[in-house]
Amino acid sequence: MSKAATHSKASTDLPVLLPFRAPAPISPSGLASPMLLGGATLAAFAILFGASLALAQVTARPPGESAVTVLLRWAPLIFQGFLFNILISFLSMALGSAVGVLVGIAQVSLVAPVRKLAWGLTQFFRNAPWLVLLFYAMFLLPFEFRVFGLTIAFPAWVKAIIGLALPVAANVSEIVRGGIRSIPSGQWESAEALAFTRRQTMWMIILPQAFKRMIPPWMNLYAILTMATTLISVVGIQDGLTITRAALVAESRPELMIPMYLLLLLMFFAYCYPIARATLALERRFNVKA
Amino acid sequence: MIAAFFERLNETSGLNFSVFYDAFDQSRFLTGLWTTTYICVVSIIASLALGLLGTWVAGSQSRLGRLLVRGYVQFFRNTPPLVQLSFFYFAVASLLPTVSDGFGGQSPLVSGTGWAIVAFSLFAGAFNVEIFRAGIEAVPSTTVEAAESLGYTRLQLYIHVVLPLAFRICLPALNNNLINLVKTTTLAYAIGVPELLYAASQIWSEVFNVREMMNVLLVTYVALVAVLVWVMGRWERALRIPGYST
Amino acid sequence: MASRHELGEPVVVVEGVEKSFGALKVLKDVALTVRRGETVCIIGPSGSGKSTLLRCINGLVPISKGSIKLAGREVNDKNLDKLSLRRDVGIVFQQYNLFPHKNALQNVMMAPIHVLKQDKAEVEARARKLLAKVGLSDKLSTYPGELSGGQQQRVAIARSLAMNPKVMLFDEVTAALDPETKKEVLVTIQDLAAEGMTCILVTHEMGFAREVADHVYFTDGGLIVEHAAPAELFGNPREERTKAFLDKVL
Repeated sequence: MSKAATHSKASTDLPVLLPFRAPAPISPSGLASPMLLGGATLAAFAILFGASLALAQVTARPPGESAVTVLLRWAPLIFQGFLFNILISFLSMALGSAVGVLVGIAQVSLVAPVRKLAWGLTQFFRNAPWLVLLFYAMFLLPFEFRVFGLTIAFPAWVKAIIGLALPVAANVSEIVRGGIRSIPSGQWESAEALAFTRRQTMWMIILPQAFKRMIPPWMNLYAILTMATTLISVVGIQDGLTITRAALVAESRPELMIPMYLLLLLMFFAYCYPIARATLALERRFNVKA
Repeated sequence: MIAAFFERLNETSGLNFSVFYDAFDQSRFLTGLWTTTYICVVSIIASLALGLLGTWVAGSQSRLGRLLVRGYVQFFRNTPPLVQLSFFYFAVASLLPTVSDGFGGQSPLVSGTGWAIVAFSLFAGAFNVEIFRAGIEAVPSTTVEAAESLGYTRLQLYIHVVLPLAFRICLPALNNNLINLVKTTTLAYAIGVPELLYAASQIWSEVFNVREMMNVLLVTYVALVAVLVWVMGRWERALRIPGYST
Repeated sequence: MASRHELGEPVVVVEGVEKSFGALKVLKDVALTVRRGETVCIIGPSGSGKSTLLRCINGLVPISKGSIKLAGREVNDKNLDKLSLRRDVGIVFQQYNLFPHKNALQNVMMAPIHVLKQDKAEVEARARKLLAKVGLSDKLSTYPGELSGGQQQRVAIARSLAMNPKVMLFDEVTAALDPETKKEVLVTIQDLAAEGMTCILVTHEMGFAREVADHVYFTDGGLIVEHAAPAELFGNPREERTKAFLDKVL
């Protein structure tokens, strides 16, 4: 197959010179533009949201405050909670990436024990459920930490960041390893021939080239992490989901449930969908797969 | 013997692995394990069926059908699965009627476990649609052309050439997604489904062996994933074509 | 050389064919006749529309204007059963395009069983014979990925022959092969031609065209510039463009 795949790469703009393409077995991508698709999904959201709101308005028993009024009262609070999710996602991503890069580089170390340990840690934390890792951090990390007489407090949200950073680090480690591995071995050889040390080769030659290929999967991971930040509500930290639930309990109007949850889903969609599109665009540009 | 060992371990070192010697804890844990396995298996099957259905509709002539599938995929891929689950369990369930449980009480039409299966299947199914589509699109157009020039009809082309190749191409991605699904089932904890994580948390809050249970839990999940990886790996090997790499 | 064997009635008749991709005209008023048992080579620079012409003949690419008759049937007729047409025309591609998930024998057997619904045992016997004919009796259960380019191409030829076509089309079938394996494929085609199979080749192998073809067409810019028996076309080209091309490649 490899031989066949490399044929006729010569550039030309004459259709006859291009490799003949049979019509695709199914219509490609269905819809023309991703903007349109995102818009269409958002519009569908809006319609669903509006309909559920109208339904809530009509079916309210006894007819009390307008559903829209209630929603408007809570929306800023829910949005604040959502922003907290985003904040947590930033911090977890930063911590997880920093650790993950180091573990990832350790995964291609020439020292076998280092390599194997890094591999084992990566596989373990990659294959454990995020929620279980979050529990792990919440329950097993001390609430404060003493070094040299200094007491560093570990509030719940810091533990949550660490708990989420664990799987992030493991995934980043895999991304880094994959990126380094994707650079042809000729690069290592020619660097060696030019008397670069291994460390110099890694940081000055390999990583800069691999970096580009790591960005799309890294962005994809970030989107997954952002959605996973809602897990902190399960371990008792106030985030967008917690506030949504609290609002519903406070109002005790079951007909508001659908619009309220849709509102929260909408916030995440509006944040994550552009990231997904950008990831796809970069994947195509760099010709890599996340 | 195992029970005796862990009982001694508890007495001598204080490491309390109650699930290995306490019959009650053990049965709770095993029930949790069973529930998790059940949710996994049903969701995997349902998500595969949804993926195939979605792929079929996405490739059909109907513009509306294609639009719906694309919307479904984008919605479930870009919103948090936990919020999706909450949405189904709290919001959608509130619209459904309750049924009489036969003892004068009312119980919901769909149980927590049921909603978990619905939510996880829809979530994983959205990814499967993308995976299957990508697999079909990755079949070289020249191979399709060769089959066409041999006189294959569209249906024959799909059955004998496109699908067998597409399936092999998408197995690794499918593998990843199903592993992800197994990990996602822990979210059912949030709606009180007595799955593995829930059972473990009950045990540690009564027996106060958080550290031990947590490790048992992690190992159990890693083992569950390992079983899935092993099954999929065998399948992949069975389908491997000599000299062909995708 | 030209009358190695008796030539029969016309099998492929192309008249006034035009084909455009958007604004670009790829074929302009092309005419060509191939008789039963004849071997025709189409030569010319890249992008002269040669491959497109082949694809028009078996209906993979619809033509914009003109007529192509295959064994008396109009290819461009919308009511024509495309599948029955394709059974009559075998095509072999530059990139072999074997089915990678089936071994050599299965590749040859697939279409007769699935498309022609023929008896499996009968098809298998025929497939074994065909593979023996292309010299691959020892590779029956080998998968395409394990075969060399030349071997894959010979399986592809056997696969097309298994449909008992009236005409065989060869689209630059040796272009992707290295010099040693080229030969085995060309010899296979030469044998086929000698047996009386009607063959149309798009090729850059001038030596082969000169030796094996009954008639050679030179195309450039979507036109058939000139056509003649090989000795004449190669030895004494009439057109300047033909001369220039032959000077470059020979």
